Amino acid sequence: MNDITESRKPPVATTGILGWLRMNLFSTWVNSLISLFVLYILFQFIPWILNWTIFAADFKYNFNGEEIVNREMCSRVLDPENGGACWAIIYVRFYQFMYGFYPREEVWRVNLSYLMLAVAVVPLLFDNFPFRKHFLKFTYIFPVIAFFLLNGGLGLESVSTNKWGGLLVTLVLGCTGIALAFPLGIILALGRRSNLPVISMMCTLFIEFIRGVPLITLLFFGMVMLPLFLPEGIDMDGLARVLVAVTLFQSAYMAEVIRGGLQAIPQGQYEAARSIGLSYWQMNLKVVLPQAIRISIPSIVNTSIGLFKDTTLVIIVGLLDLLGIGRGALADTTWLGLAYEVYFFVSLVFFIFTFAMSRYSLYLEKKLKTGINMGAD
Amino acid sequence: MSEDSIISLQNVNKWFGDFHVLKDVDLEVKKKERIVVCGPSGSGKSTMIRCINRLEEHQEGTIIVDGIELTGNLKNIDSVRKEVGMVFQQFNLFPHLSVKENITLAPIWVKKMPKAEAEELAMQQLEIVKIPEQADKYPGQLSGGQQQRVAIARSLAMKPNIMLFDEPTSALDPEMIKEVLDVMIDLAEGGMTMIVVTHEMGFAKTVADRMVFMDEGRIVEQAVPDKFFNNPESDRTKLFLSQILNH
Repeated sequence: MNDITESRKPPVATTGILGWLRMNLFSTWVNSLISLFVLYILFQFIPWILNWTIFAADFKYNFNGEEIVNREMCSRVLDPENGGACWAIIYVRFYQFMYGFYPREEVWRVNLSYLMLAVAVVPLLFDNFPFRKHFLKFTYIFPVIAFFLLNGGLGLESVSTNKWGGLLVTLVLGCTGIALAFPLGIILALGRRSNLPVISMMCTLFIEFIRGVPLITLLFFGMVMLPLFLPEGIDMDGLARVLVAVTLFQSAYMAEVIRGGLQAIPQGQYEAARSIGLSYWQMNLKVVLPQAIRISIPSIVNTSIGLFKDTTLVIIVGLLDLLGIGRGALADTTWLGLAYEVYFFVSLVFFIFTFAMSRYSLYLEKKLKTGINMGAD
Repeated sequence: MSEDSIISLQNVNKWFGDFHVLKDVDLEVKKKERIVVCGPSGSGKSTMIRCINRLEEHQEGTIIVDGIELTGNLKNIDSVRKEVGMVFQQFNLFPHLSVKENITLAPIWVKKMPKAEAEELAMQQLEIVKIPEQADKYPGQLSGGQQQRVAIARSLAMKPNIMLFDEPTSALDPEMIKEVLDVMIDLAEGGMTMIVVTHEMGFAKTVADRMVFMDEGRIVEQAVPDKFFNNPESDRTKLFLSQILNH
């Protein structure tokens, strides 16, 4: 006889792989039909894409074992029936994709910056990282180091930004834009909610103006009009002008995202903070913002991913980011017609970065949810 | 204003939009005096004590706390808030900080106390409210009664001369009310100046030096508990008492 409080295992048919299949894929006959159809499509498509991108693809050599130096040597041009992708175009131009026209003898500086970027960012993202406090000190000074390393100065040979290109430009724009827009966005969001009408109005005007204008317009504005506002004799670097435009653009979006988070904080939090004597800034920095930012993490990451992809628009003002280099490669007469490979590669690189951001956001959400009412810092 | 009063409200008026929420409120509180404020909901009791640490702004009259007049002067407001602690109906603990961090926040940032000292202080305050073992938990992991006691500890850590309680037990499950009231009784016996808005009449009878009854934005009656409960003057007080004591 069973004790009535004893818990029993659920019926086998609802758990395990079979249970899952039955629940999710074959619960009704319509559902079953759709499942079978989708499985059939996947079954057709996946082998084909794997074959085209990997098994039948050329990397450095074609099927005759010759090193590929132009499009005529690609297997898929020699044998359109059986040949796969011709990655040789990426192989040959890999340097450009990664660094643009950065001088080869100085390229260690870019590589070192990439490495340091990882060291600066990873501890920032994971709060259980060993010795995080010390790494964060490095994170704060990293932008200065990276600036001199990439740009030159302090004994390093100067490398003009018009030689930068490819992933380097994409990362510089994306990382700097996101990193600068975050604090700016916080200030704008607080400003918009300020009790002082002048500050609130100025912030609102700024945010609404920037949000009402396409990024491309702002890029043109940065390229063409910004120099007119600068004092005479000061010439602003092209990349810096674009950075200003990208940062302003992103900060307006960030401000609205953070304002959303701020609105979710109950009035009682402000009152409690005030009643124990905290000043306006202490209240915001210690009580309100940490909670508001946590709430807005998904949207912050979302707009950041948006910006990262929008950096491709700089091609309009003549900067060659990853996509710009790709288009350059396609225009090369020795490689004409390999658009699939180039766009596939560029998409893949963007996907790796944006997918990582998106997974990170999910990880944070999960962690903050399971951290028992914001238990984790 | 009499010589030994620590809080003095004279002719205070306040409006929410067109709604006249405080009408000619006069109240003198002496040092170490324990005042219990009661009255029907919407009578302005919470608004009155929230004016004392300027969470609400009064529009007419004067409020003087510990010799400092509350005006638009931000410095004065800051100094008053350091003198006055407040406990809220909804606890209002900071959910992203541990219990200990909730308590050390103001000592560290407002009083610039070294962290170690502030933590020691926090543990002392947690002893006073009898939950030192909860120091490293987060508010979401505590019961309502425990949260409210942490909130009291958080206020006490600033060493206030005056404590304001805004219906501190109204959001609690019945079995947790006593643990919070016990802490408040300890505090009262320790000589703290207290203004408590509450419907806990048992607590009022034990602790209060004076009862204040408010209705429709006015102080209708003030009396010592014995007279207030047994022989109230105003009809409105009688009606209110009959309603809350006979349920």
